[in-house]
Amino acid sequence: MSAPTTTPTAKPAGSARPKPVQQLGDRIFAGSATGAGIFILIVLAGVAAFLIAQSIPAFTASSADLPGGRNIVAYIGPLIFGTLLSAVIALVIATPLGVAVALFITHYAPRRLAQGLGYVIDLLAAVPSIVYGLWGVSVLAPASLGFMTWLNKYLGWIPLFAGPVSATGRTMLVVSVTLAVMILPIITAVSREVFLQTPKLHEEAALALGATRWEMIRMAVLPFGRSGIISGSMLGLGRALGETMAVAIILSGSGIVTFNLISSANPSSIAANIALQFPDSTGVAVNVLIASGLVLFVITLLVNSIARWIINRRSEFSGAN
Amino acid sequence: MKTMRPTRARIAAVGLAATGALVLAGCGAANEGSSAGGSSTAAGPAVTGTISGAGASTQQAATQAWVAGFQATSPDAVINYDPSGSGAGRTQFEASGVDFAGSDAYIKGDEIKKAQDRCGGEYVEIPVYVSPIAVVYNLQGVTDLQLSPSTLAKVFAKKITTWNDPAIAADNPGKTLPSTAITTVNRSDKSGTTQNFADYLKGAAAADWTFDVSDTWPVQGGEAAQGTSGLVGAVKAGQGTIGYADESQAQGLGQAKIKVGDTFVAPSPAGAAKLLEASQRVTDGGAKSFAYKLKRDSTDASTYPASLVSYAIACSKYSDAKKSALVKAYLSYVISADGQAAAQKAAGSAPLSDAVRQLITPAVSSIA
Repeated sequence: MSAPTTTPTAKPAGSARPKPVQQLGDRIFAGSATGAGIFILIVLAGVAAFLIAQSIPAFTASSADLPGGRNIVAYIGPLIFGTLLSAVIALVIATPLGVAVALFITHYAPRRLAQGLGYVIDLLAAVPSIVYGLWGVSVLAPASLGFMTWLNKYLGWIPLFAGPVSATGRTMLVVSVTLAVMILPIITAVSREVFLQTPKLHEEAALALGATRWEMIRMAVLPFGRSGIISGSMLGLGRALGETMAVAIILSGSGIVTFNLISSANPSSIAANIALQFPDSTGVAVNVLIASGLVLFVITLLVNSIARWIINRRSEFSGAN
Repeated sequence: MKTMRPTRARIAAVGLAATGALVLAGCGAANEGSSAGGSSTAAGPAVTGTISGAGASTQQAATQAWVAGFQATSPDAVINYDPSGSGAGRTQFEASGVDFAGSDAYIKGDEIKKAQDRCGGEYVEIPVYVSPIAVVYNLQGVTDLQLSPSTLAKVFAKKITTWNDPAIAADNPGKTLPSTAITTVNRSDKSGTTQNFADYLKGAAAADWTFDVSDTWPVQGGEAAQGTSGLVGAVKAGQGTIGYADESQAQGLGQAKIKVGDTFVAPSPAGAAKLLEASQRVTDGGAKSFAYKLKRDSTDASTYPASLVSYAIACSKYSDAKKSALVKAYLSYVISADGQAAAQKAAGSAPLSDAVRQLITPAVSSIA
C-alpha cells in the first residue's frame, strides 16, 4: 500500500549498490513472480470466458423457457438490486464503525488494550460466514424483532421501514447488519495499518501548532489514510457483494424489488440465489444462474475499478504512495 | 460454481464407497458363509458390481438407508446416488449417464420416448418413496387447527391475511382465533415438497389456486426459508406463521388437519400410503410404468391427499447382465417390507402398502 518514502535512509541504500548482480536465484525468482502475475490474469480470463460461454444460452432462450416464465432481465434485475442494497447498507454501517475502531486502536487506546483489541478484530475475520449466518438467523433475527417493530411504529413514514414487520426477523436489515459485522474486520484492519503509517512528523507538527487530538486526526491522519479507508471499504464491499451462505440462510428472499427493509418480502441476492437454486436446476435454468454470476462478476469488477480510480486520484495528496 | 456438482457427486461417491468399504470390512468376513449359501432376505442372493443413480433429493435420506440395508446382504455391491434433482436425474437417465433415476414427478410427454429409446424397450417406473406433507403453523393458543383446501389455497395465495378471517373461522367452529397477521413460509430452494404441495392445492382447490405447479414456490413476498430445516425453523421463530414440510420433520409444531370430503384429516404415513392406492394409474409410459396421478381431490377420509410420491426409474433390460441383476436386486430390496421399513426409520416416509407392492413387484422382477 505505502512504502514510506519519507525515511531518508532508504533510497541511498538502494542506489548506492554498485551494480545489479544477476544470479540464478534472482532470475528464478523474477521468472516465477512474472509467472504468478500472468497466471492470475489467465485465471481471470478463464473465469470470464467460462461465465460468458455458459450464459449465452440464457440470453438467447425465449422467456417461456426461463425460470418462472419471466424475461431474463426481470429475473436478474431484482437479484442485482438485492445484492447492491444489502452490500451498500452494510458498507454504510461498517465503514464509520471500522474507521472509528481503527482510530481508537491507533490513537486513543492504551498500547496493551490496543494490541488485544486488534487481535479480537482480526479474529472476527476468521469466523466462517456460515457461522455468521447461523448467528444471524437464530440470534440476531429474533432479537431485532422489537427494534424493527419500533422502527415501523415511529419511522414507518420512511419507505425503508414501511412494514408490515416480518414475523421472524429474517429481513434485509438483519442481513445487512450481519454483513456489516462480517466486513468490519477488513475495513478496520486496513485502516489501522494505514493510520499507523501516518508520518509522526505530521502528527507532531499538528499538535505543536496547538491542535487538539481530534483536530490532529482530522488534519494529519485522515487525509493521509483516506486511500486506505477507501480500499478497505472496497475490499469489504467485495465480500458483502459476494457473500453467499449467510444471506442464503438468513434472508427471506423472493424476486421482488422493494426498499422496505423490515418485511418478509425482500429481494434475494445473486450469490444466495445461485446457492439456493443451483442444486436442483437443469438445462437453461443453470445457464440463467451462471448469467447472474456473470453479472455479479462484472459488478465486482466495476466496484474494484472505481475504487482503484479513486485511490489513484487521491494518492498524490495523501502521501500514501 | 461449475465444480459444485461434480465435487458433490464425487463426495457422495467417495462417501458411499467409504460406507461400502466399512460395511465390507465390518461384515465381509462374517457374511461370507451365509451369503454364499444363499440368504433368504428380501434382497435375495448377493450380487456384485457398481450402479449409479441420480435424481430427487427427497429420496436421499431413504436411499442412504436402502444402500446400507442392501449392502448388508450384498457387501460387494456399490450403489451411488447423486441427489442432483428430479429433472437432472431424468435427463441423465435418458442420456444413459446413470443406471437409474429418482424423480418426484413421473416421466411424461416426449420424455417417455427418450426413456424408451435409452432402454431399447420398456422402462420400469415404480413409486418407492411416499411421504405425507404436513401443514405446519405456529399460533399461540390455537391447537387442532382445521383448514379446508380452499381456505388453505387462499392463505398460501395471500388472499387471506389474518388468522381471524371468516373463512378460517368457518373451518374452526367454536375456536377463538387471534387477529394476528398470517405469515406464509415457503421454501426458497427448489423442492419436490413444494411441487407436491402446490399440486395438491391446484388439485383440491383449483378455483383458489391459479398458479402453475413447479418445484419453485410461485407466490412472491412470502417468508422464504432454505431447506426443510430452515422452513421449520422459520415457522417456529415467528408468530402467526404457516408453512408446509415433510411430516417426519414437523415434530414440535402445530399440524393443521386438512379437509378431505367432510372430515378433517391429520397427516399420517398410513393416509399417504392409502392415497397412492386410491390414485389413478397413468399408463402412458407402458406396462411397466407405475405412474400415479395422485387423487388430490380425494373424499375418502382414510387418505391424506397432500402427500409426496417419488419414483425410481430404471430400464427393463440392460446390456450388462451383472448390472441388470444388481438393479433388480436393489429395487427389489427398496420396495420390500424391509426396505420400506428402513426408509421409514431413516426418513420418516410412509411404507408402501402390500397392495401396491404386489402390483409393482412383477415389473421389478422382469428386469433382465
